Amino acid sequence: MNPLAGCLLVSALLFSIGLGGALTRRSAILALIGIELMLNAANLNFIAFWRYGPYPEAMTGILFVIFSIAIAAAEAAVGLALILAVYRHFKTTDLSRLDSMKG
Amino acid sequence: MPVTFLILTVLTVAGATAAMTLHRLVHCVLALAICFVGLAGLYLYLGAQFAGLVQMLVYVGAVVILIVFAILLTRSHEAPPQKKWTWLAGVCVSAAVFAVLAWAVMAGGAIEGTAVGQPQATMLQIGSALMGRFVLPLEVVGLLLTAALIGAVVIAMEEKQSAR
Repeated sequence: MNPLAGCLLVSALLFSIGLGGALTRRSAILALIGIELMLNAANLNFIAFWRYGPYPEAMTGILFVIFSIAIAAAEAAVGLALILAVYRHFKTTDLSRLDSMKG
Repeated sequence: MPVTFLILTVLTVAGATAAMTLHRLVHCVLALAICFVGLAGLYLYLGAQFAGLVQMLVYVGAVVILIVFAILLTRSHEAPPQKKWTWLAGVCVSAAVFAVLAWAVMAGGAIEGTAVGQPQATMLQIGSALMGRFVLPLEVVGLLLTAALIGAVVIAMEEKQSAR
């Protein structure tokens, strides 16, 4: 197994763990954590392809990861603000009890 | 397969698994921090120093603390219990996704790891690339971060009508 395949397997494992958590956990905060894990798995793929790919001097992999981290930070801030707003309205963050769209 | 890679992999995967399976939310967030530290170590191991440092600063420093604040503000110290069949279905789906991804990685003959020595990505190179070729995405990210900042404040602000 070459090192690139090792990195890709780690990334696939991380993505699956994040997906399983986002699908099964009932707390909204934990679902958000699962989504963050999936984003990080994608970032690890970018870095691995930059490191073992044919044209590392273009640095597209690293710059893509930097932009992706910035966007993930914005996503986390807005997502947690949404969770706070939902908590203030429903008094819970249990996703299976947020079943009404009426304000 | 070097020992460093194996240690970092075990740290990352164990952190992620603990973050997704533990019962108390604060423990989950601490496990998530461990997972992010392991990922930053993996970036450093792969030679991407700047990405590793940014990962450490943004994720371990900012995102994890933000999640801790959200846990404190929503007073949800324990996750609600899971239904058994939901858990089983989620595990089956994620195992199937991992099987497909692992099969694709293993069967993909196109990805030959052409490791032609350690590639260089110094801060100088990254900075000049950000100011040269990638200046438009940089500006767009700045705009996005500003919009996210204002949007997060507006969304999380107390409504005056409901307070009255």
